[in-house]
Formats: sequence, structure tokens, C-alpha cells
Amino acid sequence: MRQFFFALFQSGHKQILPGFRFSITATLLWTGFLIVFPLSTLLIKPWQDGFGTMLSALHDGRMFAALWFSFSCAILAAICNIPFGLMLAWALVRAQLPGQRIADALIDLPLALPTAVTGITLATLYSTHGWLGAPLSQLGITASYGRLGVILALMFVGLPFVVRAVEPVLRTLPHDLEEAAMLLGASPRQIFMRVILTPLLPALITGFGLSFARGIGEYGSVIFIAGNQPFKSEIAPLLIVVRLQEFDYTGATAVALILLAISLLALFLVGLIHRRFSLWNEPA
Amino acid sequence: MSIEICDLVRHASDSRQVLLDHVSLEVPKGYFVALIGPSGAGKTTLLRAIAGLDPYDSGTISLDGRIVTDIQARAGKMGFVFQHYALFPHMSVAKNIAFGLNILPARSRPSRKEIAARVQELLDLMQIPDLGNAYPARLSGGQKQRVALARALATHPQVLLLDEPFGALDPIVRRSIRGWLRDLHDRLGLTTVLVTHDQEEALDVADRVVIMQEGRIVQNASPQCLDSHPATEFVMEFLGESVSFSGVIHNGQMIPDEKTAFPFAVPDSWENGPIIAMIRPYEINLLPPDRQTDEQTNRQIVKIEAIPRGFRNGYRHYTIQLKERTIPFFVAQDAEIPTQPNGVLVGIGLDVSRARLFRPNI
Repeated sequence: MRQFFFALFQSGHKQILPGFRFSITATLLWTGFLIVFPLSTLLIKPWQDGFGTMLSALHDGRMFAALWFSFSCAILAAICNIPFGLMLAWALVRAQLPGQRIADALIDLPLALPTAVTGITLATLYSTHGWLGAPLSQLGITASYGRLGVILALMFVGLPFVVRAVEPVLRTLPHDLEEAAMLLGASPRQIFMRVILTPLLPALITGFGLSFARGIGEYGSVIFIAGNQPFKSEIAPLLIVVRLQEFDYTGATAVALILLAISLLALFLVGLIHRRFSLWNEPA
Repeated sequence: MSIEICDLVRHASDSRQVLLDHVSLEVPKGYFVALIGPSGAGKTTLLRAIAGLDPYDSGTISLDGRIVTDIQARAGKMGFVFQHYALFPHMSVAKNIAFGLNILPARSRPSRKEIAARVQELLDLMQIPDLGNAYPARLSGGQKQRVALARALATHPQVLLLDEPFGALDPIVRRSIRGWLRDLHDRLGLTTVLVTHDQEEALDVADRVVIMQEGRIVQNASPQCLDSHPATEFVMEFLGESVSFSGVIHNGQMIPDEKTAFPFAVPDSWENGPIIAMIRPYEINLLPPDRQTDEQTNRQIVKIEAIPRGFRNGYRHYTIQLKERTIPFFVAQDAEIPTQPNGVLVGIGLDVSRARLFRPNI
């Protein structure tokens, strides 16, 4: 699938790809109608009720609390996913373990699973009487209905992004780089930091960005485990639903607008850092 | 720094296949040694064992008489150049070269300025003075090769190990970098071990050539000795095109089975019995028809023809059709030999007296 996409964009020679014009038209229409058009309405719609209403909608304390909650949880979850994702990718690529194929398939499960199923599962597991929640609450940690629960849920859905971003890069990292470093006298720690981790940085940043973007907008898997208390444990996507139920369309679109801006900004920053790091990959 | 390898044995991990079969080798200080052999002969395995990259089951490796076991004992003393260079893709050329110095613990690490000076010195030595800021992806094969070499030399190692370093280069670059490498070896006083599958390269550049076959060292000799006294038929065959004649030795005479090849005298040390004579195509002599040897040996005159097959490397190439096979036959380009108008050489027999003799394995 991915190779097909690359072929479509890289080899624009008419001779090689039959129907290039047709496919480029289809692609442009597709992206136009399904992505650009809805997003531009989102940009225009909120201001139709007047500038003032929109500004007052944007000055909403509850909204900012929800946005901050979503934002901070997503960023923490994405940060936590980096080491775990790296370790998982490492195990998949380097270790020859029995059942590796099953583990490989299971990693994608959070992507395929309906988010509500994930949400209910996590909520029951981490509730104060759940299998994991009960021992945790004895230690004085309340996992569910708070920040920790949301972070756990977001880590669950974001992990595949990091693993799948890192894995192909790690797989193509030649083993003799490590041997060369070893012969030059590098310690195992130095080899890991300088020879393995650095080439993986662009992939890790991509994984982080995707995981974060997913976390910002995640709804189904979070609302069961989050407490959903306004100003305390309410996520931004839920606030949109709440506003819509109150027939406050301006308020809903205000939240949506900011979420959109954050997502775009995250993607932009990731692209920027990525480009800076990928300087070494440019051939002559 | 001299390298002594004593009775090294290694089995493949999953089978009982022998990768290194009681290999012993001594590389004296300052020597340039080439390990050659067909693929799977154990050349790279041996080189990696010397570098400490691969384990071995038994035997010892010592540097200057001191036995080394782990890779830490060799760090910085040995430069290793990988077949595919193994340059760090995310570091500039200068950072790649400085790697071995940058990772030293703070108290033994040279200052930033000293490292930069050392890097520039190496870049100059490698004749790539302006490439310090480039990334490996932008370099050509020959340039990568030089950077890999510079990186290996940065810590002033006394031993240089090269694993098929010219494999990915085109023939012209290959030839020039080969001569340049030999020059570098002499100038820096290194002890060098080179793995290659190209016998010409090995004979060209090395002081001693070690030929390996199936995990064993078959012969370890100077290029001259290797050519004049190959230890086995395999060595003879591996070092270049050769033609073999089977026959018997009878009272100090080698009598080939094929009557077109004339008998010749052999040293008395050869006892009677079956023998194989192997000869290079350019060492064969075609005996011209006017010689009267046939009367002395009471042979039937069989006319043989050598058909021209073009020129290469200063030799005219011919093929000679014998009774059951066709053999190559080369004549120096400037040799005065009467030819027929169509270029065919005619003779009455083959003089193969310059052949090397081998007892057939029974």
C-alpha cells in the first residue's frame, strides 16, 4: 500500500504509470472534498455568528481547562510511549523470540480495536475494584477517573505509532555500525547513545508526533476512564459533545478550531524538526 | 605490532560445520598480508576473529606476544575497515573520523583543537581535504572507502584489518586505491591484513599471501614463491588460468597421457608413479614443425593447430584443439613466431616442461 503511494508520487512518468492524469485528478478531488473542504468550513463557520460571540466563546475557562487537560495528558502519554515503543521495536527487530509474529500482530491491535471497547476494558481494569486498580488503590494510587487513567488510555492507543515508526528504521540500521563503534573503543552506553539512538531520532519524533496528535483527539477510549468533571478531568473532545448537546454550536466549533490549530501546529513542528535531522539522508 | 594466531578452531553455531579448522598464522610486524580464497573459505571469519568481533571455540590470538581475548583489549590498537564501510550515516565525515577520539574518557581525550587538527591531517592524508562537512550519503564509493580508512586510523592503530575493502569499487578506482593503500602501509609502518577474493589484487599488493580453503590455510608464501611452488592443485588453479596434463613419471621422465604433449625430464627426487602436471597457458611452448625431435623419439607426427582468439595484457591468445579437449595457449605479443596467413600457428607438439607437478590424491 505504502509502496504504491510512493510509486504514484515519485515516478510521475506517463510511460511507466498508465492513467497518471486520471489518478492525479482523483487524488486531488479526493483530498479536496474529504480533507480541505471540511477543514475550511471549520475555519469559516465559527465567525458567522459574529466576531463578538466567537471571541466570548473563546474566553471560556472551562474550555481552557479541558484543552490543557487534553494537551498535557497527550504530551505525557506520547513522552512515555517513546521508551516503551523503542523497546518494543527493538525486541521485534533484534530478539529472536518464540511467538514474535503474534506479538507483531498484537501491536497493531489498539489501532484496529473499536475505541469504545478499549475504553470499557481499561475502565474496568483500572477502576478501584478492577484487577489492576484494586492493588494500585491499596498503594494509594487512584488510576481511574483522573489524569493517570487518561494517560494510560492514551499510551495504549498511541503506542503502535511509535513502534511502527521506529521499527523499519531500526531494521535497516546495519549491524556493522555497532561493530565499527565497538572496535573504535566505544562502551555499550556510548554505542547506544551515539550510534543507535541518534539515527533513530527522526523516527522517534515522527512516532511522538503521531502519538501526540492521536492523543489530543482521542475520545472513545478515554471518556470511560476519565472522570469527566468540568475543570478537573474533562477532555476537550468531550467538551465539544457537551456543547453540541447544549445547542451551543459556537462554543463547540471554538473548541474544534483550537484543537485543529494544535494538531496542525504539532504536525508542522514535527515536520520542521524532522527535516533538520534528516539532513544526513540527502544523497548528492 | 605482530599478530600470532595459534590453532584457532571455530564451528558454526547451529551445525557441526567447521568454519576455522586449526588455523595458525603469524603476521610479523610491518608485513602486508593478504588472505585469499573462494567464498566460504573462512577468510572473513578469520579476520573477524583477529578483530575480536567473532568468538572462537579454541586457540589463541596474541598481539606482540600477549594473548588478547576481549574486544576492549584491542580497541584503538586495531583499525578495521568493513566491506560496506559502516560509516555512521548521521555524522559528518569529520565526526565519523573523530569518533574514536571523541569517545575517549575525558582525561585521556585530546582537546577539541587537537582532534580537529588530527581530523584535518587524516583528510589530507586520504587526499580528500575538503570533505570534512559532507555526510556519508553524498560520497562516492572511493571517497567512503577513504573516510572509513581515515576513521580506522584516527587512534594511531598499529594494525590495520581490511575486509574486502575494494569489493564495491569500479576497476580503475580499485587499482589506484590499491597502490595508494600499499604506499600508506609503508609510510605509517602498519601491519596490515587484507581479505580479498581477487588473487590479482593480493599478488599485487601483499608481502605474503595466505590462501584459504574450507577453513584451513592451504599455503602461506610470498607472491613469487606462490607462483613457482604452489602447494596444491587448488592453489595453482586459484591463482590463475592453468592447464593440467595427467601422466606418469618413469625413470626421471614425465610422460603425459596425451601424446601431443612431449615427455620432459623431472628432478630425480620424483619417484615413479602417476602425476599431474599443471602449467600456465603462457608457459606452454608450441614446437614448430621443423624440429626433428619426432625422429629421435620415434613418434608419429601429429600436426596441431593453434587458432587465434585475440589479444589481452600483452599476450596473443590461442586455443589448441587436442583429442578430447580444447586448451588455452598464450604467446607474448612481441614474440617472433612464423604464422600462417590466416593467423593460425602450426606445430607438432607441446613443450610443457615448465609445469608444476602434483601427486594426484587417491
